Amino acid sequence: MTIALDIQGLQKTYGNGFTALKGIDLRVEQGDFFALLGANGAGKSTTIGIASSLVNKTAGKVSIFGYDLDTQREQAKAQIGLVPQEFNFNIFEPVVEILVNQGGYYGIPRAEAFARAEVLLKQLGLWEKARDQARTLSGGMKRRLMIARSLIHQPRLLILDEPTAGVDIEIRRSMWEFLRKLNADGTTIILTTHYLEEAESLCRNIGIIDRGELIENTSMKQLLNRLDTESYVFDLASPVDILPTTSNLCHFTLQDPTTVEVVFHKEHYSLNKVFAFLNEHGVIVNSMRNKTNRLEQLFMDLVENNKH
Amino acid sequence: MNAQQQWTAYTTILVKEVLRFTRIWVQTIVPPVITTALYFVIFGNLIGSQIGDMGGHSYIDFITPGLIMMTVITNSYANVVSSFYGSKFQGNIAEMLVSPMPNWIILAGFISGGVARGLAVGLAVTLVSLLFSDLSVQHIFITFTIVLLTSTLFSLAGLINAVYAKSFDDITIVPTFVLTPLTYLGGVFYSIAMLSPLWQNISLLNPVLYMVNGFRYGILGASDMSIWLSYGVIMAFILLLGWFSLHLLNKGIGIRS
Repeated sequence: MTIALDIQGLQKTYGNGFTALKGIDLRVEQGDFFALLGANGAGKSTTIGIASSLVNKTAGKVSIFGYDLDTQREQAKAQIGLVPQEFNFNIFEPVVEILVNQGGYYGIPRAEAFARAEVLLKQLGLWEKARDQARTLSGGMKRRLMIARSLIHQPRLLILDEPTAGVDIEIRRSMWEFLRKLNADGTTIILTTHYLEEAESLCRNIGIIDRGELIENTSMKQLLNRLDTESYVFDLASPVDILPTTSNLCHFTLQDPTTVEVVFHKEHYSLNKVFAFLNEHGVIVNSMRNKTNRLEQLFMDLVENNKH
Repeated sequence: MNAQQQWTAYTTILVKEVLRFTRIWVQTIVPPVITTALYFVIFGNLIGSQIGDMGGHSYIDFITPGLIMMTVITNSYANVVSSFYGSKFQGNIAEMLVSPMPNWIILAGFISGGVARGLAVGLAVTLVSLLFSDLSVQHIFITFTIVLLTSTLFSLAGLINAVYAKSFDDITIVPTFVLTPLTYLGGVFYSIAMLSPLWQNISLLNPVLYMVNGFRYGILGASDMSIWLSYGVIMAFILLLGWFSLHLLNKGIGIRS
């Protein structure tokens, strides 16, 4: 299997003495949809910055599709597309010019870059804004513009640093669909996000960085299998004052007279058993939902454990 | 990148830079033309007529090359310092840094943009000067090469300023406190032959003097110094600042964390 991104012993100490990365080893395979998670300041953006040549590393090795970033810099950089966290285009330039110029920096002739820009802007629902200055776009449009810009040279590896921050749910989901299709068409994608639901929904593999160290690198499925409890919120048909008591393996908490939170151990309980128990005590459930994102719980546990 | 791709990358930056300063021509082209026209009216016509000849030429003819060169210097510098720092400030310098484009092309693109604005504004000011003086160029090749090299030199200086700048204040400090005094004391309005030997020697430390006099030689055929010395000083500074600019870009100083 070809390795899209190979990071070995990556270290970064900034000029002020702060060590952002303490020797990270990370491999992302070709075709993967990889989530890189971590709290603010954990080292995600520094890792991405080094891989995309925006940050100088202190030590370590980075290869992109086999091209060493130190010795085969041009070839390595040609493989990567970057969607940074902050809007960083010239807000006074027309949308299509931003894409065509970006193509030019990769040596793509203007006519060809324009044709590619048209396709991308249409795919991302921005073609009607092609001649408008970028500053006139909404937040969601600006995010999509950055995705379009990053794809103008048809990179094999796309790195997205919190691409859906501040985007409403409808546009976020349309962006997910776009990224899923892009990945299905062969582009390797690395995604950082604070929306753990997003990572869980999109990504097959996951790395978690905490205080400059990679504390987890596994498949999403394996990680989620480690959860030994499930949490749900039930909306009740009629109000209740108190709830029946169960064992420590299944616990109810009354949030308000018609809302109950339930946490149970997967090994010992099932939803069927929980419903049967409530039914016995005359409690009727109208509807239910996951209390929290499952990945969020795991993420918090892992980061908490790393502190000790 | 092959040569064709490198050429595409270079022309992309150049066209972008030219479009940038022509799009805001009211801010970039018109002010220096008006300012220089005022210089011609006040120093050339009103005061100049009282001064008499200088270096064998009427005062207005004498100051014309210097005023054109002053405009070229300030505009070449201003274009690169504002454009490059603007790219840093908005973050879109990253568009170039993530691409496979070599740093020397980034440098060449920005410098060519600065030269283009220097030449454009210089040409506009030259046309205005024709309303006030009988300008006839004595050495066309020298005139053109001196203005080209000078705008290259100050474009490089503007880029170095922009690399180190951390705020918009930083890109105005050098033009205000260094560039303007050097230009005004660089023989634009007077011949250094008028100065005492001590101040003549001190003036020789000012690189702008060599550019103004080289340009004056190209237009009037008269100069305070050898044209070869002018070429030598300008080329030496271009090589020095060019090497230093490329070194800064390669190291990522001011643009990479």
